[in-house]
Amino acid sequence: MSAAIRFDNVMVTYNRHPAVHHVSGIFAPSSLTAIAGPNGAGKSTLLKALMGELPLAEGSIDLGGLSTRDFGYLPQAAEIDRRFPLTVADTVMLGAWRQIGAFAGTTPAEAERARRALMAVGLEGFERRYIGSLSAGEFQRVLFARLLLQDASVIILDEPFTAIDARTTRDLLTIIRRWHQDGRTVIAVLHDFERIRTHFPQTLLLAREAIEWGPTETALSPDNLLRARAMSENWDEQAPVCLPSEEMRA
Amino acid sequence: MTLYSLLVAPFADYGFMRRALVASVALAMGSGPIGVLLMLRRMSLAGDALSHAVLPGAALGFLAAGGVSLPAMGLGGLVAGLGVALMSGLVTRTTVLREDASFASFYLTSLALGVLIVSLHGSNRNLLHVLFGTILAIDATALYVVGGIASLNLVILALVYRPLVVECFDPGFLRAVGGRGSSYHFLFLFLVVLNLVAGFQALGTLMAVGLMMLPAIIAQLWARTLPAMMLIAASTAALSGFVGLIASFHLGLASGPTIILTASVLYGASLLFGPSGVVRRLFPRPHLAG
Repeated sequence: MSAAIRFDNVMVTYNRHPAVHHVSGIFAPSSLTAIAGPNGAGKSTLLKALMGELPLAEGSIDLGGLSTRDFGYLPQAAEIDRRFPLTVADTVMLGAWRQIGAFAGTTPAEAERARRALMAVGLEGFERRYIGSLSAGEFQRVLFARLLLQDASVIILDEPFTAIDARTTRDLLTIIRRWHQDGRTVIAVLHDFERIRTHFPQTLLLAREAIEWGPTETALSPDNLLRARAMSENWDEQAPVCLPSEEMRA
Repeated sequence: MTLYSLLVAPFADYGFMRRALVASVALAMGSGPIGVLLMLRRMSLAGDALSHAVLPGAALGFLAAGGVSLPAMGLGGLVAGLGVALMSGLVTRTTVLREDASFASFYLTSLALGVLIVSLHGSNRNLLHVLFGTILAIDATALYVVGGIASLNLVILALVYRPLVVECFDPGFLRAVGGRGSSYHFLFLFLVVLNLVAGFQALGTLMAVGLMMLPAIIAQLWARTLPAMMLIAASTAALSGFVGLIASFHLGLASGPTIILTASVLYGASLLFGPSGVVRRLFPRPHLAG
């Protein structure tokens, strides 16, 4: 049900400085990949480029016949206005956008799917609550329920466990594992290396460049982590123009 | 003074007061819900900027028609307002400037241009007409325009309510699901400009946004759901129109500012007596067990 997503020499810049620098690699179909790296490593930028929200300065991303509409995307919590006067049920129901679109009414079947999605994230009975009254963890559960309803073949999560308690994290990790078992491709930006080692078989270690992209044990080796830290701090206002090597041109 | 002579007689006896009341209520029905969405998008001040932005178009329409003519001024204002909205959007998307900075630069240019046009070809009295409106001078044609805009606004709002709300709440999600967020954003700005155009005959370009934003802000102090907010905003705007007209009639005050000041009084009362207002903080109710 999923497809390979190929990055070929992907480059995203802010004011000509590389935020993501010559990244190439593949998110294999049905893979479960963590994107790790220090702050400023370009993790969220990479996801936004993948979602088509940021233009590529160079390179290409091949979605394997899918479009970004086939993706379920969980942005960082701070990007959503939690004071907006919406109920939990309405927020979750947005996950059915592909079925109902801008104009169609919701069917009883979709309402039932929404109810089951809320049950799956442990929020049964919260339907009529306003999202402004929820805790950070409860709101994150609501967004996961929306993703469940989206039923996307590729799921992209940007820091899903920030400011979330241990129990909620455990519950949401269970959902992520289930998505993986269902054959969906899951890509998540995470900071906790132990969590990545325990739950994510593949890792892209990013420090603007891809330090390592492969099995988690290899990617998160002490040497790689040291290199990642050094490279992310290597921001140079006086940097010369980047000339691609012969190998890259080929 | 009897209740009849206080509240009913001004409208029963004078046609211009009836037309002003109908225009106020029509404006309220359109501007209230749009103001709520504008406020929830944290664009309250962008509404103010757009209201200034319509000035050069309105001024050209004023001069072309040789006086106050809502169709001519409205068309000019609509073109100018949409132009500023589109240019601001373009600058925001293609430069490092945020939307508020883009709006500020364009509306200031527009405002200066508008005042210059009126001062070159008209009198100070003309400028006052355009800036502050003349609600008591609304004729049947202007009333049809205001009513037509309010009706069109409500129909469009009903049709695109869902994408507009989603675009306000989580624009990234709408983009991700291919929901044409930019189109709805511009449609929304079109509705804002349309309502401001409807409002400036009555309240002038400077105060038309008052009947849009003050009722919306009042609504947020009282309601928790979006439909309730829109209903309260429209009702408050209509009430401000009614009370403002009555007050201006009996006290001999200018109608436009009195209507807006009535909304301001309701805002002050809401700050005091609303569910999260000063009085509730001074006299808190006992907390609940769960």
